[in-house]
Amino acid sequence: MSAPPAKPAGASAPAAPPKPAAPAPPKPPVVLQTPLDNELVKRIRAKFGAALLEALEDRKQAILVVDRARLVDISLFLRDDEKFDMLADLTAVDWPKREKRFDVVLNLYSFPKNERLRLKVHAADAEEVPSVVSVWPTANWQEREVFDMFGIIFSGHPDLKRILLPDGWQGYPLRKDYDILQQDTAWVRENLGIESGQ
Amino acid sequence: MLGADELVINMGPQHPSTHGVLRVKLKLDGERVIGSECIIGYLHRGVEKIAENRTYQQFAPYVDRMDYVAAVSSGLGYCEAVEKLLLVEAPPRARVIRTILTELQRIASHLLWLGTHALDIGALTPLFYCFREREEILKIFEKYCGARLTTHAFRFGGLQYEAYDTFEKDVERFCKDFESRIVEYETLLTQNRIWIGRTKGVGILTAADAIAFGVTGPVLRASGVKWDIRKAAPYAAYDQYKFEIPVGTTGDTYDRYLVRMEEMRQSRLICLQAIENIPAGPILGKVGKVLKPPPGEVYHAIEAPKGEIGYYIVSDGTVQPYRVHIRPPSFINLQAFDRMVRGHLVADVVAIIGTIDIVLGEVDR
Repeated sequence: MSAPPAKPAGASAPAAPPKPAAPAPPKPPVVLQTPLDNELVKRIRAKFGAALLEALEDRKQAILVVDRARLVDISLFLRDDEKFDMLADLTAVDWPKREKRFDVVLNLYSFPKNERLRLKVHAADAEEVPSVVSVWPTANWQEREVFDMFGIIFSGHPDLKRILLPDGWQGYPLRKDYDILQQDTAWVRENLGIESGQ
Repeated sequence: MLGADELVINMGPQHPSTHGVLRVKLKLDGERVIGSECIIGYLHRGVEKIAENRTYQQFAPYVDRMDYVAAVSSGLGYCEAVEKLLLVEAPPRARVIRTILTELQRIASHLLWLGTHALDIGALTPLFYCFREREEILKIFEKYCGARLTTHAFRFGGLQYEAYDTFEKDVERFCKDFESRIVEYETLLTQNRIWIGRTKGVGILTAADAIAFGVTGPVLRASGVKWDIRKAAPYAAYDQYKFEIPVGTTGDTYDRYLVRMEEMRQSRLICLQAIENIPAGPILGKVGKVLKPPPGEVYHAIEAPKGEIGYYIVSDGTVQPYRVHIRPPSFINLQAFDRMVRGHLVADVVAIIGTIDIVLGEVDR
């Protein structure tokens, strides 16, 4: 993943004069994530203690990493007490080198406060993540999409099945170890009657 | 199991009024819908996977192909998200031109919605009127960047193209004409008894339901929630212009129609304000040719014609995004379809699909 992209910068450095100057400055201020300790974080820490694993800020956007097992409790608290009434977006990120490879990411929005908040939980390959459909019904299709693309199981989801890919598809395309040209060739042959793999 | 009077029928995926390849399984009791399931994914192209295998710039044209009737808006969201990730800002001139193009795109998108929605319900004439005006907008896009639909109009840090010589004049002429054109549409529909009969009280979505289902855009506003990202978290140059956010009261199909009609008027006003004073200056900020955003992540959302389009981008410091997730408004809004359709007649299903205003390219990505 990280190997090929290194080339262009190295190649451009000797060629054009203005280019080496451009990539150089952004490197020192690389620490864009700073610890976050505002009132909201204090209230959550007071109520959930160690279940709040990390609170940080990246480009002025608040990120809370919480304990997977307490996700539903914390979600309910955020929805009812902190008025984060809309789950704008739910997705996942795969970090295969990490011990717990998946981040499940919830982007919340509060209409009364006009504030956004990102909630994250970590999950290892076979670990289930509690579903938040009971808290925000909109999570239904979004969790199905994450299941479809990453194979993450959401426990307590009312109808967890593939949504964008065909039901019988094998594999989870947005995992990093799934190559972009990879396909479920057996499925394609059987259902479309063509040989894939061009 | 099915009761004696229950019938399951398939609508789509090639039904003309599903606006693409949406398949809806309807459970019927006589003429009445008692349950539904949307089956989607026919247009899935793996856009998010493609993003991870392209550079930031290479991926930009792909976002135009999600909501292909509002490509400018998708493009603006992506550009601004990457700009946030790179910690750069577009110069004022670029922001104003972006605003004008995006508002024209909103009008074009709403016109396409109005024409096809009316056609679905049985009013043939508005389609021709709407496409007449939409054509004028597409001509402006074509003159500006050479493309009519998948425009790829913006670049990180600003614009690639300077506005062409008669840009302001063209926009102004369109806006001047458009004022009376909306009146023409309204004459055809707003007081039309058949239109009212087919849309009033159909597909009601309460504000609480809308929020619970994450519904955004005109559908949310028609349910009475006065929320628009252009006001809540202004981007581009929206903080400089005066405009109203129209809201509905009952959240039915008729309200959504009225909200979108008013939105077109407001977009027209924004365009008129913007062309009055387009600041001089550069159109492209200082952005390197090789983009390596510092590691980190960003979620940026803008108000697309169909609702909140959000981009969640994770950078690992290389030229390719580590992860791009797109929050498509059509996908999320479609989820409320089941809630809206229950208890209505089969003929209303068509009206309700139309009123959500989905584009399947964006639903399936």
